[in-house]
Amino acid sequence: MDFGFSEEQNILRDQVKRFVKERCPMSRVREILETENKFDQALWNEISDLGWLALIVPEKYGGLGLGWVDLTVVLEETASGLCPLPIACQSLAATAILLCGDEQQKAKWLPQIAEGKAVGTLALYDDPNWISSDAIFCQATKALNGFNLTGVKPFVDSATFSNWLFLAIKAEEELILAKVEKDQCKVRYEPTMDETKITGSVDLNGLFINESDCMVLSQENLSALTNYGAVAVTSEMVGAAQSLLDLTNSYAKERIQFGKPIGQYQGVKHRLAEMFVDIESFRSLCYYAAWAVDDSPSDVTRAVSLAKGYASDAFAQIGIDGVGLHGAIGFTAEYDAQLYLKRSKWARPMYGDSNFHLDRLASLGGL
Amino acid sequence: MDFEYTAQEHSFREEVKVFLKENLPPKKERGKNFLQSWLEKVREKGWVGFSWPKEYGGSDGGLIEQTILREEMALAKAPPLGTSFMGLAWVGPGIMQYGTEEQKKRFIPDILDSKVIWCTGYSEPNHGSDLASIQCKAEKDGDQYVVNGQKIWTTGAPFAQWMILLVRTDFTVKSKHEGITCLLVPMNAEGLEVRPIENMAGDKHFAEIFFTDMKVPIENRLGDEGQGWGVTVSALANERSSIGEVTQMFEKLENLKSLVKSLKIQGKEAATDPEVRRTIARFETKIAAMKYNGLRYLTKQIRGEPLTSETSVNKLHRDSLEIGMDDFAIELAGQAGLQLRGGEEAIDGGSWAKSALNWPNVVIGGGTPNIQKNIIAERILGQPKD
Repeated sequence: MDFGFSEEQNILRDQVKRFVKERCPMSRVREILETENKFDQALWNEISDLGWLALIVPEKYGGLGLGWVDLTVVLEETASGLCPLPIACQSLAATAILLCGDEQQKAKWLPQIAEGKAVGTLALYDDPNWISSDAIFCQATKALNGFNLTGVKPFVDSATFSNWLFLAIKAEEELILAKVEKDQCKVRYEPTMDETKITGSVDLNGLFINESDCMVLSQENLSALTNYGAVAVTSEMVGAAQSLLDLTNSYAKERIQFGKPIGQYQGVKHRLAEMFVDIESFRSLCYYAAWAVDDSPSDVTRAVSLAKGYASDAFAQIGIDGVGLHGAIGFTAEYDAQLYLKRSKWARPMYGDSNFHLDRLASLGGL
Repeated sequence: MDFEYTAQEHSFREEVKVFLKENLPPKKERGKNFLQSWLEKVREKGWVGFSWPKEYGGSDGGLIEQTILREEMALAKAPPLGTSFMGLAWVGPGIMQYGTEEQKKRFIPDILDSKVIWCTGYSEPNHGSDLASIQCKAEKDGDQYVVNGQKIWTTGAPFAQWMILLVRTDFTVKSKHEGITCLLVPMNAEGLEVRPIENMAGDKHFAEIFFTDMKVPIENRLGDEGQGWGVTVSALANERSSIGEVTQMFEKLENLKSLVKSLKIQGKEAATDPEVRRTIARFETKIAAMKYNGLRYLTKQIRGEPLTSETSVNKLHRDSLEIGMDDFAIELAGQAGLQLRGGEEAIDGGSWAKSALNWPNVVIGGGTPNIQKNIIAERILGQPKD
C-alpha cells in the first residue's frame, strides 16, 4: 500500500516545475497568446526533448512506456502555470491510436507523436453538452478505398495548430476515428473564454479519407477515451486550482484592510480553507483515477466520475472565489487570477460536466 | 503508487476475517454476555491498543495493519474494541508518553482490559473552542491539589470512572497556554458532582461537573505542572485514521440508497429524480475523497513525511456528511421522516430521525468546523491567527 509518487515521479515533477518557472512563466504564456497561431514551436521542441510527449507511448513505438500517473504529474504542473502547450491533446491522440489503431498504424504514427514531430489532437463529440455516441453527428460514407466525409466538427481542441486531427465520425452503423491532416481541411479558430485552450472547428465537407487513415471506434473505446480525457482534464484542474489558491493565499497575507491582513478575517481565511479541502479532495480522487487507468481497468469509470464529478463544481467555485477574494484587482486583465477562473469554466464541461459524472455514479451505484 | 497489500498484510486481513466469522454472531443473536466475551477475545488477540508498544500491553501494530483492522471491524459492524473510547484514543497514549512508571502500571492495563471508562474534562462554561482559556482552578496544598471550578459538555461523564482534567495552576502567566496542568481524577472523588445534561436527541451522554475543594494527590498529575497544554495537544494529535469512519459512511450511503428506492416524491419514484440521484452521488464523492485523502496521508506517515493538520480536511467532510446524509433522508421521507421509534409510520425504526438529531456529537465534539478551518488556514496555509 503506497498512495504516493515514486522518487522518479517526484524528480519529473521538479523538472516540470522548473520548466514552468524558467521557460514558460505567465509573462511568456501571455506572449504566446498574442502570436498568430498561439503555439510556441521552440517550447514544444524542448518538451519533446525532455520526453514528456513520449511518456505513455510504449517503448516499441519509440516511447518511454510509462503510465498515466506519470502523465498526471506533467499535466498538473504545466497547468499550474496555464502553459498553453497541448500535452493533454497529444497524449489523448496517442491513447486513441493505441486503443483503436492496427499494428501498422501504431508503428507509423506513434513514434512521430512520441517525438513531437506531429502535433496531434482528439475530438469525440459534436454536441456541446452530451456524452454519447448519439452526439457524434459528422458522417462518413463508404467509397472506394475510403470514406467521403460530411459535416463540421465544432469542438476540436488545439485544432488550429495540430497536424493530425483524430476525429470521431459516424459511418453508417459504426463509428470511426479518422486521421485528418490539418492541411486537408478548413480549420476555423473559435474564440472562447479560456485563451490558453485553443478551440477550433473543422469543416469536413468534401473531404475524402483513405481507409488506412481510419480506425474503428468501438463503443467501449469511445467510453475509454472519454475516461482518459476526463483524467487529463482533471489533472490539469488540480494544478490550476492549486495555483489559484496559492495566488489568493499569498494576496490575503499581504493585503491590509482595516489595519489587518485580510487573511486574518474568518470570512477570508475560512474560504481559503474550504478551497484547500476541495483541492486536496479532488487531487486524491484524480490520482486514484490515474492509478486505476494504469493498474485497475475495472475501477476506471467510477474513479473518473468521482474525480471529475467532484472537481467540476469545486474548481468552478474556486475560480469565482479566487477572483472574488482579491477584490477589484482580481477582476483586472493584467492580473493572473482571472485566467484561472477562465480555466475553471473551460474545464467544467470537458469530457462530462458534474451532472454527467454524478448521474453515472448514481447508476453505477445501483440507483 | 500501489494499492496492493503484502502477503503478510493479506494474511493479517485474513486472520481478522476468520476471527470475525468465528466470534461475531449477527446482531440479533448476540446475547447478554456477548460484549464481555467479545472484549476478552479481542484483548487476547492483542487488538486492543493494537498500535501501542508491547511493553505496555499493546502489539506494536504497524500503520497498515491498524488500517486493515479498523476497516474489517467496520465492515463487519463489530462492536468497539474497548469500552473506553477516550481511554484508548488519547488518555492511554498520553499516559504512555507523559506518565510516570507508577501511572503507567496503574492505568494502562485497566484501559486495555475495558475495566475503566474515561472521560475528558476540557470544556468550561465560558471556554469551549477556546480551550486554552480554562479557568478551573487548582491550588497546591502540600502533596495535593485542591480543585475548584466547573466543566461542562463532558461526554461520557455520567458513566465514566475516571477523568483526564485540565486545570489552571497559574493565573499570572502571559500566555494562556502556560500555567495549565493535567490531572487524572476518579469520578467518585469527594467534592466532584456530576449533573447530566439532556441533549436534543433525548440522550444524557454529557454532563456538567462541579468541583468544590476536590483534593487530587500530586501523583495523579500527568506531566509537569504548567505543562498541561503540551500534554493535551500531543495526546489529541494521536493518529486519527479515518478508515473505519469511511467504511461506516459507505455503509450508511448504501442504507440511504435503499431508503431512496423505497420512497416516492410527489407520487413518483424518488430514485428516478435527478436531484436525488446527484445528491447521493455527491455524498459518494465526498466519502471517497475521505478514503483517498486518508490513504495519501497514511502513505505520508509511513514514509516519515511530516503531516501538519491534514486530518482537519477529513473532519470537515465528515461533519458535512454527518449533517447532510441524515437530513437528506428525513427530508425525502417527508412527515414520516420525522417519526421516532414507536411511530406507526417511522422510517427504518426511526433511526434516521434519531441520528438526524445527533450530529453535534461528531460535528461539535473534537473541534467545530470553524475551528478546523482556522487550523487549516493558519497551520497549513500560513494565514495570521484571528
